[in-house]
Amino acid sequence: MNETLHLLVVDDELGMRVSVERALRHYSTHLPEIQHDVDFRVSQAESGEAALALIETDVPDIILLDYKLPGISGLDVLQTLKERKLDVLVVMITAYASLETAVQATKTGAFDFLAKPFTPEELRATVHKTTKHCIVQRQAAKLAEERRQIRFEFLSVLAHELKSPLAAVEGNLFILRDHLVGDTIGAYDHLVNRSLIRLEGMKKLIFDLLDLTRIESGQKKRSLAAVDVCAIARQSIETHGALAAEKHVTVFFDGDQAAQLNADAGEIEIIFNNLVSNAVKYNKDGGSVAISVRDQGQVIVIAVKDTGIGMAPEEVARLFGEFTRIKNAKTMNILGSGLGLSILKRLSHLYGGQVQVESVPDEGSTFTVTLHKEPSLAATGNESAPIQV
Amino acid sequence: MTMSKKILVVDDDIDQLDHVSLILKADGYEVIRAQGQMEGEEALLSTIPDMAILDLMMENMDSGFVLCHQIKKLYPGTPVILLTAVKSATGVDFSPKTSGAANWINADILLDKPVRPEQLRNEIKRLLA
Repeated sequence: MNETLHLLVVDDELGMRVSVERALRHYSTHLPEIQHDVDFRVSQAESGEAALALIETDVPDIILLDYKLPGISGLDVLQTLKERKLDVLVVMITAYASLETAVQATKTGAFDFLAKPFTPEELRATVHKTTKHCIVQRQAAKLAEERRQIRFEFLSVLAHELKSPLAAVEGNLFILRDHLVGDTIGAYDHLVNRSLIRLEGMKKLIFDLLDLTRIESGQKKRSLAAVDVCAIARQSIETHGALAAEKHVTVFFDGDQAAQLNADAGEIEIIFNNLVSNAVKYNKDGGSVAISVRDQGQVIVIAVKDTGIGMAPEEVARLFGEFTRIKNAKTMNILGSGLGLSILKRLSHLYGGQVQVESVPDEGSTFTVTLHKEPSLAATGNESAPIQV
Repeated sequence: MTMSKKILVVDDDIDQLDHVSLILKADGYEVIRAQGQMEGEEALLSTIPDMAILDLMMENMDSGFVLCHQIKKLYPGTPVILLTAVKSATGVDFSPKTSGAANWINADILLDKPVRPEQLRNEIKRLLA
C-alpha cells in the first residue's frame, strides 16, 4: 500500500524549513511489517499562530515543531493540539534540550525530540520512526473499530433472535386474553403449542449462547480423558430419536469400534448433537441420515450425511457465521438458534480439526468433522477474531 | 360496517403472521399473508392492498424499509405500519432522523412487537379513516 502523509514543519528560521522540505521531498519510507510505503507532502509555518491557522483547514499527520518561536511557543501549540484531540504526532525540534522542557513536552503529548542541528539522515530516521508509529496506531484503531462493529452487529441480531420468541408468545397471550377466537378452550390449542415450541427454541438459543461464550472465553472447564467416540454417537442418536421418528427419518450408524479420542466428553457430545439434530431437522419427511466414525490413525473422521433440503454453493459459503441461518422457503419454519455451526467449528478447532460441507440442493448435505487425537501436534488454524459476548 | 378492506401482512415469523392475521380477521378485514420480503414483493404484483403491515427485520436487516419504499412508490395512498422487535432491545433508534430519511422510509407508523390487539385496531382505524 502507498500512502502520502502530510508533514508540517513549524520553525521561524526559513533555512530550517527549506532544508526539512528538501530532505523529505523525494524521501519515501518502507514499513515492511505492514507492507506500507509512505512518502510525504511537506508544508511550512513560520510561527505557532501560522501553524494553528493552517491546521484549521489542513490537519497534518506529523508536525516538526520548534520549541522556541517568536510568538506563542511550541509548548503552547502542543497544548492546543492536545486540547483539540487531533490525531497528530508531534516531534519537538530544539536547540536547548533541557531535561525540564523535554519532560514538559512529553507530558503535553510530544512523540519524540530532534536536537538542533541535525543531519538529513537523522531527520529521516526520526520521521521514519514517527511514521511507523502513526500508521500502526491508525491500523490498530481501525481494527478495534471493526471489532466493535462486529460485536455490535452480533448483539443486535442476538437481541432480535431473543426477542422474537418472546414477542410470539406474548402475542399469543394477547389473543387468549381477548378471547379472540371464541370461548372454546380447544380453539386455543394451536396457540398454546406454538408458544411452547417458541419457548423451547429460546431455551436452546440461551444454552447455545452459554456454550459459545464459554468456548470463546476459554473458561469452559475441560476434562480430557479417553473418550469412546462411537458410544457418544449412539447416545446422541438416541437423544434425537423422538425428533427423527416425528419426521419419519431413519438414522444409520457405522463406526470403527476402537475409535478413541483424548477429549472432553461434553464437547464431543455437543459436536454430535449439532450434527445429528441438523441432519434430522433439515431432512425431508421419510428421509435418512447416515453417520460414520472412522479411525484414521492420527485423526478421527466423523461424517454425517443427510437426504435433506441441501444448500446452494452461496448458502454453504455463509453457513458458519453467527446467526447466518439460511433463510428460504424451505427453512422458514425450522427452529434453530443460528449458533450451532459456529459452535461446531470452534469446538473442532480445539481439536486441531476442521469442518467440511458438501451439499446439493434438494439432495442433501454431508458434514465431515476431522478431529486430531493429539490436538497439540496439529496446527490450530484460528482464522477468525473471537467474538466476545 | 363496510369492512372488506384488504390488508397485506408480511412477516417471516409464522407466529407473528398468525397473530396479526387473527386480530385482523376478527375485525372482518381481508388478510393477504406473505412470509418474508420475497413473498411480500410477489403479493404486490397481484394485489393492491388498502393497507400493509410489515415486519422490519426479515431476510435482511432492512427488509421492511425496502418493502415499504416499494409500496409507497407503487401505491402512494396505501398506509404502511412497520413492526419491529428490535427497537427497545438494542437501543437502536429506527425513527428517521432527517426529513430525507423520513421521506424515503415513509412508513405511517412504527410499532413495537408484539403489537397489542387494541393498539393495532386503533392505528388501523385511524389510518383507514
